[in-house]
Amino acid sequence: MGRALGGTLIVLLAVAPMLPMAGMKQYVLHVMIQILIWAFIGGAWSLMGRFGLVSLGHGAFLGLGAYATVLLWNFYGLSPWLGGVVAVLLTAGLAAVVAYPCSRFQVVGHYFGLVTLAVGEVIRLLIVAERSWTGGSLGVSLKPAGGDSVVAVQFADKRVFYYAALALWLAGLWVWVRVDRSMARSAMEAIGEDETAAASIGIRVTRFKIGITVLSAALTAVGGVAYAQYIAYVNPDTLAGIGVSLRIVFAVVLGGMYAMAGPTVGTALTIALSEYLRIAFGLRLIGMAETIYGFLLIVFIIFLPAGIYGSLRELIRRRRPTPVVA
Amino acid sequence: MIDPIFLAEAAVNGILLGGILALLALGLNLIFGVIDIVWIAYVDLVMLCMYLVYFLVQVYGWPVWAGGLASLAFGALLGVAVHLLIISPILGSAPVNQLLATGGLLFFLQSFATFLWTTDHRSVRLSLPSYEVAGIFLPLTRVIPFAISILALIALYVFLTRTFVGTAIRAVAQDREAMSLMGANPQWIYVVTSAVGGLMAGLAGTLLIFQYSVHPFFGGQFGPLTFMICVLGGLGNMVGAFVASFIMSEIISLAGVVWSTEMGYVIAFVVFIVMIFARPGGILARRG
Repeated sequence: MGRALGGTLIVLLAVAPMLPMAGMKQYVLHVMIQILIWAFIGGAWSLMGRFGLVSLGHGAFLGLGAYATVLLWNFYGLSPWLGGVVAVLLTAGLAAVVAYPCSRFQVVGHYFGLVTLAVGEVIRLLIVAERSWTGGSLGVSLKPAGGDSVVAVQFADKRVFYYAALALWLAGLWVWVRVDRSMARSAMEAIGEDETAAASIGIRVTRFKIGITVLSAALTAVGGVAYAQYIAYVNPDTLAGIGVSLRIVFAVVLGGMYAMAGPTVGTALTIALSEYLRIAFGLRLIGMAETIYGFLLIVFIIFLPAGIYGSLRELIRRRRPTPVVA
Repeated sequence: MIDPIFLAEAAVNGILLGGILALLALGLNLIFGVIDIVWIAYVDLVMLCMYLVYFLVQVYGWPVWAGGLASLAFGALLGVAVHLLIISPILGSAPVNQLLATGGLLFFLQSFATFLWTTDHRSVRLSLPSYEVAGIFLPLTRVIPFAISILALIALYVFLTRTFVGTAIRAVAQDREAMSLMGANPQWIYVVTSAVGGLMAGLAGTLLIFQYSVHPFFGGQFGPLTFMICVLGGLGNMVGAFVASFIMSEIISLAGVVWSTEMGYVIAFVVFIVMIFARPGGILARRG
């Protein structure tokens, strides 16, 4: 049943831009693209989050990826296809530099969260400090290529970005499944339970931890590049630092970080909610939308700790009669 | 080359900033050490207390001491409310969820403050004299909070070591299972700890409103630094957090003059990251 449902959803998503939407099409597509890209980023975060490596600094990887690509294009005219590769390699390097001492010195739990949080702030502050070429807190716009260009990855038509984001999201799910079915998953679960015990049965703790962190960071950078190309503007507060790092984590936890669809469900809900509240309250009550958002987050974390999708799935499983083993 | 007088002035400013950071870190570190939860929204509670003092003193014309007392009581109430409403239902769940619940509170408080009071910066100005010692200006509005934060540290230390409740708090911090086996109720100790932590937030709010202007995003300015000081000092280690406050404030202040404000913070955060690897138990921890 799950397979049929998933297939229907993908077909629906594929034909979505063709459906008549009475002038709302641009807006709906815009929201959908945001959901797909942020769901991809959330999925990348959950690759390590589900094994107890709770990073509060994914903004660092997101920001580094986005800024490196945009600056390389603006100053050197390097195509984002190549710039993106450079950015992802840079981010992977940063992730390795952070992950190595963390696993070497067994920095876990709160401490891992706070170290990554500090890394996220360092990247944000460096972007602000180097304002002469990063634009500081004002951010920087992508230099227009003048019309549609594959080399510059700039298109006027939102549908191009929509399909690109859809492909990206599916690729993210594919990576998730690959990790889920690999040996690395069992190894990482063992490490998450008890590092010393895992090491004692011959699991290479350091190697697995660094590997999963680098993978997660690299994918996050890819998401950052995609987002920067779509919005054509980067800003240290929306792409680096604590704010965005926490938003990624919130969306994933809301959906449920142990299920494949969890990050997507969580991201779709948070974006839909904030869009709805923004439209409902508009400029009349500034801050009200986020107030309700924050309130709901607290309520959800207290009453649905496994996340919305995670809890729903458990409920369905419990309802279904368990097959009797003869 | 930078004139030494600027460096000396920066060093003095660092000490004064250190007093503020120590005050912020004291209450959070107490909660951190005893309940083992990082209240990400702690500095946002301070922000609420700053608004309270602002409205009472500046708008309704209360005397400063009365506003301060009201802020202490309000802070303690906030601490208890946060514990009972948010922390206590999820004490048993994953540490991530506890971290995130207080993160949700951060979003809630920031945006609720924006909604109620807009993003205007507000401050209370007191006209107190400024002293000049060897070419360095020492405004009383910064020296008095520094002195009070040292007094608060001493008071907290005496409370924790010389009173029955304080001893119970330290006992729970050491081993909560053993404490409940002895017949003590950790829940009650948690409430008291949260109240004391909140009281400290109220005190910090009172002292901060006279030097900094308050706005809904005030928490973002000091929040991350405050957690880092707690970790750097060692969980629940009051003296360690105090020393860590001054190390961080001197780095920020001196690098701010030599380089730039942002680079000061960058260096402070990098020092924090390196120190976690080098001395995971805090700067004053005995080497294990």
